[in-house]
Amino acid sequence: MSAVLDVVRPDVPAPSRRASKAGWAGRLQDFCVRKPLGAIGGALVLLMLVVALAAPLLAPYEYDVGDATIRLQGPSLAHPFGTDANGRDMLSRIIYGARISVTVGFGAVAISTILAITFGVVSGYLGGWVDLLVQRLVDIWISFPALVLLISLVAVAGPGLWSVTAILGILLAPGTSRVVRSAVISIRHLPYIESASCIGAGHVRVILKYILPNVFAPIIVLATVQLGTAILAESTLSFLAYGVPPPYPAWGGMLSGTGRAFMLQSPWLSIWPGLAISLAVFGFNMLGDALRDELDPRLRGSR
Amino acid sequence: MQVYLARRLLLVIPTLIGVSIIVFLLVRMLPGDAVTMLLQDYSYASDADAMRARLGLDRPIYVQYTEWLGGVVRGDLGTSLRNKTPVAEELLSRMPVTAELGLMAMVFGLIIAIPIGVISAVRQDTWSDYLGRSTAIGFLAIPSFWLGTLVITLPSVWWGWTPPLRYTRLLDDPAKNLAQVVIPAIILGLALSGSLMRLTRAQMLEVLRQDFVRTAAAKGLTDRAVVLRHALKNAFIPVLTLLGLQVSILVGGTVVLESVFVLPGMGRYLLEAVQYRDYPVIQGLNLIFATVIILANLVVDLLYGWLDPRVRYQ
Repeated sequence: MSAVLDVVRPDVPAPSRRASKAGWAGRLQDFCVRKPLGAIGGALVLLMLVVALAAPLLAPYEYDVGDATIRLQGPSLAHPFGTDANGRDMLSRIIYGARISVTVGFGAVAISTILAITFGVVSGYLGGWVDLLVQRLVDIWISFPALVLLISLVAVAGPGLWSVTAILGILLAPGTSRVVRSAVISIRHLPYIESASCIGAGHVRVILKYILPNVFAPIIVLATVQLGTAILAESTLSFLAYGVPPPYPAWGGMLSGTGRAFMLQSPWLSIWPGLAISLAVFGFNMLGDALRDELDPRLRGSR
Repeated sequence: MQVYLARRLLLVIPTLIGVSIIVFLLVRMLPGDAVTMLLQDYSYASDADAMRARLGLDRPIYVQYTEWLGGVVRGDLGTSLRNKTPVAEELLSRMPVTAELGLMAMVFGLIIAIPIGVISAVRQDTWSDYLGRSTAIGFLAIPSFWLGTLVITLPSVWWGWTPPLRYTRLLDDPAKNLAQVVIPAIILGLALSGSLMRLTRAQMLEVLRQDFVRTAAAKGLTDRAVVLRHALKNAFIPVLTLLGLQVSILVGGTVVLESVFVLPGMGRYLLEAVQYRDYPVIQGLNLIFATVIILANLVVDLLYGWLDPRVRYQ
């Protein structure tokens, strides 16, 4: 009986529920119900952004001023995360550290996305020998182990916030450009693109108005996941002492070799920065997964 | 098959040439004052001209490249600026350490990933599935240098136990060597297992819905045989490709873990070279690592043709 009813009025509750929750607040609530893990990821990402933006307001102390009388303390009311070997407040350092991760992460992904869209769209849209040439270049570029090349290039260019961001962006680009290219190829010969050309639209207009909007979904998803990758790479680099130099409180740098001796006296020092990195990367990955399910029409409705 | 083999092999050549050009340019991209800086900081040569000569920067660029490539083909990767030893010799002596760590990590990655991926797929949308998937993303998110640091510090704080950090060669004392490499290998394996697990699950879900699996179940095979012998065998092929692509991540991971666990491998060599701006060593390492990655992917593609007849006859 119920099966018959399902055929007669398929999915009636779903559209009506959506309609009743119009507006962004309703859509957000809907997303949280359908993708709880994605919502957790989104919340972590939001938390990180807020902490990074409002660091001077949130941090109880300065990140680079220590008090030698309170070295290596465990968590207390005055210093919830304890203090480091220079008597600096760990909570404040973690809060300011979010700024570095967010800056490098968003900066690198912005550079990578712009490069990837340029090369991916040109390669996929023009095809022919241009495509062949660009793809061989991508082949070469992705043959290098990313971290080794990253360390080598930073060694050549000199460490620092901006060189790390720029190099990371360039290294992330080839992989994304492959995704953009295949998305472009999959729609390039669709009738609506051909009709746009027929009514006299030039290459630039076709690309900007008809191709780009339709390859945006995979780009957004990949960018979200890559933010996690970039943050992980930056912290690895800072851990190996080739990232953002002290006194800037990079999360990876707080775990690096020189601090390890103090970690034996105060194990908390080894917990907070690693936890911060893990939660940040976890958040971006979870959000990216949920966005992929949401934005890819083929996966919509599946879990 | 022959055409497939030949095409795949031919594609390797331009890639290798391109890699060699990039590695060659790596040192030539140095900012203008780098030679002066090398002189001031490390006194590798008596004056700027001698420094340029040591780096080979004093001749036309195409002569530099052909001479350098000629050396590489004969197995000569130049000499280290710092201690004047041949780079190739040093690399060769360090390679076994890195290879051991990398191969063990790969094995651990598969041992962790495949069972969890299969269970996650067979019991889709149950608690074991959710647990498996969260674990996978967790493994992707936890930085291996942090896990390594925790393994070194926390047991020492709690029980006064530290993992062995004085390197013993595999041939000198296999048990001691394995005890030392196994912990970093497991940590690196965990880092690899996240994406392997996710792909195994996705592939299993797809294969389990195919007709031949239903046929296998219908003819009365046990669930175990259907899942392991019929489904997993087919789901494994894309996982193999991913394993090939992961060699790049594996190499990066060895750099980190060799540094944390004080293993004298190629990764540690890179960090030492970077510290002293020892450019010939940096070049040699990039070239070797890239070649290993290209060859690993070649082997995977050839295996692919052997495992999956559809590829062969295309």
